[in-house]
Amino acid sequence: MAIVPNPYKTTGLLGWIDDRFPLTKLWRDHLTEYYAPKNFNAWYYFGSLALLVLVNQLISGIVLAMHFKPSAAEAFGSVEYIMRDVPWGNVIRYMHSTGASAFFIVVYLHMYRGLIYGSFKKPRELIWLFGCLIFLVLMAEAFVGYVLPWGQMSYWGAQVIISLFGTIPVIGPDLVVWIQGDYIPADATLNRFFSLHVVALPFVLVGLVVAHLIALHEVGSNNPDGVEIKKHKDPETHIPLDGIGFHPYYTVKDLVGVAMFLIIFVGVICFAPDGGGYFLEKPNFQEANPLVTPEHITPAWYFGAFYAMLRATPSMFGSALPGVIVMFGAVLIIFFLPWLDRNPVKSIRYKGNLTKIVTLLFAIDFLMLNYLGMQPASVLYTMLSRIGSVYYFLFFFLLLFIHNFEKSKPVPERVTG
Amino acid sequence: MKRLAKVLTAFAGVMLSGAASAAGGHALPYEYNADVSNVASLQRGARDFMAYCSGCHSMKYLRYNRIGKDLQIPEDLLKSSLMFTSDKVGDQIHSAMPVDKAKTWFGQTPPDLTLETRARGVSWVYSYLRTFYVDPKRPLGVNNLVLPNASMPHVLWSLQGWQVKVEHEGEHAAEGHHGAPLKLVQQGSMTPDEYERFVGDLVNFMAYAAEPGKMHRTAVGYKAMVYLIVLLVLCYLLKKEFWRDIH
Repeated sequence: MAIVPNPYKTTGLLGWIDDRFPLTKLWRDHLTEYYAPKNFNAWYYFGSLALLVLVNQLISGIVLAMHFKPSAAEAFGSVEYIMRDVPWGNVIRYMHSTGASAFFIVVYLHMYRGLIYGSFKKPRELIWLFGCLIFLVLMAEAFVGYVLPWGQMSYWGAQVIISLFGTIPVIGPDLVVWIQGDYIPADATLNRFFSLHVVALPFVLVGLVVAHLIALHEVGSNNPDGVEIKKHKDPETHIPLDGIGFHPYYTVKDLVGVAMFLIIFVGVICFAPDGGGYFLEKPNFQEANPLVTPEHITPAWYFGAFYAMLRATPSMFGSALPGVIVMFGAVLIIFFLPWLDRNPVKSIRYKGNLTKIVTLLFAIDFLMLNYLGMQPASVLYTMLSRIGSVYYFLFFFLLLFIHNFEKSKPVPERVTG
Repeated sequence: MKRLAKVLTAFAGVMLSGAASAAGGHALPYEYNADVSNVASLQRGARDFMAYCSGCHSMKYLRYNRIGKDLQIPEDLLKSSLMFTSDKVGDQIHSAMPVDKAKTWFGQTPPDLTLETRARGVSWVYSYLRTFYVDPKRPLGVNNLVLPNASMPHVLWSLQGWQVKVEHEGEHAAEGHHGAPLKLVQQGSMTPDEYERFVGDLVNFMAYAAEPGKMHRTAVGYKAMVYLIVLLVLCYLLKKEFWRDIH
């Protein structure tokens, strides 16, 4: 099929552009004539909010990088310089640090939305896979970014996470030195993490977001009823009967979500930027010191659940490798969700009670693990972390067959309310 | 709208659950809330910090003229009564003590205090300054309740006087307004109430020094909230208008 330049026959300046670049076509295909189901609920805000937070991170990050010094001797001081001597530097820095936490909150809710409404199911498997890759890169981006202020928790958090690679048999110890560029986390580590944080990973992240959206627009959005709106089109216009143009309907609706989000987000930035010691941790107000270990090293809160699973897994033959496998497994298993969930019904609304219960339990389990990952280990907490870790993986395998033991409700032909 | 409210509550819950559970940790003998809006207290705190603390401790991220601007201290007064190690108002506060000698004198270099209240917490610093007690087992004859075996001498002894540790902690704690199991055996130049206020001023100043931009960001915050609430109402009305014909 040949590409027809300017299929909409626009004229004037727009016509001049459309003869050379598909501006009108892009606008229509992705906004005014991208038909989204009309029944999105509040869960559907988190996609556009994730994009908003990404833009916030990019812009605030660009400004921070203008003042930050990526060296072990100067990094900590340069952050305080930004906080004190750069006009509005404190607000820009808090936008970035709060933005990191907000990114994970929004992305976790966005993923849970996908989970409950079956947005990963055929034909949306690739949207899910791109999304999982975004999550993985986001974790890497957050980790290297967390090291940059070069506080005590940056340093020792980096130490703990990098040492995980040391558990890999044979190549482990050499791999750690290769990652760090030194025998301990040091200037070389900080410098290369800066490069990854501001160039390599954001580049990949933005590319994956584009792929995520292209895949979404190819197949169309799912909805809380989990029915395909493309099945019922207007015979003349071929527009889905339950579809409405993304612009203006969802652009104005998402603005409401944006305003609500900003009230919370700006509220945290201006009134509680420490996030109660979770968004900015107390030990990180002390400069990194390789000779003094903080009494209780925790990763950033958004890694809590994965860290809990790492700690909960017993060592074997004196190696923490099983824990590392469990932790990375916990991230990787999410990728396989489209093939693990065999339930023919997409949306939780029409699934049976068993699925509803295990899915809710999964959310509670994840929150519990996240909490436990932030606490010092104790006998009770380790026990709970183990139970939580087992359930985390069990959930994915329950999805293979659990629908055979419950009665689903009939799925409607068209979307409801 | 109901479901929307539910999701938002969940969202706010996740955001705030951190804030609620973060308060834990060690129980401190005294709790304190710093007040960085009390300019008179901050001025006294700045004066006292320079007089009693800056000989050994730096505040290397804080500039003199920033203090002058934020605490409404004119430049000549700033130079004559607060600046002992520098005559340039744009300089940061460096201590008078030579770093290499400090290590031999005290076993470690006295830490920079710019961010101390953010690193340790306001109540920790407040408790630390009030809980030095006589302990002959220590090289300098004093110990501290919240930082056992601290290497810092009780610099403020001439003001507070000397305290000793009282055993039977539970019995004493029930007695009255002193949260620490300590008893004043020899009063200094200040009464206990005066010393309490003195430490309060000092900690207020240190809290200010840890984040001089705090007042500004909260002031901006209130304006931003008003703006965003108006924005939310307008966006909601806009959405309602556009969605009128969608059923």
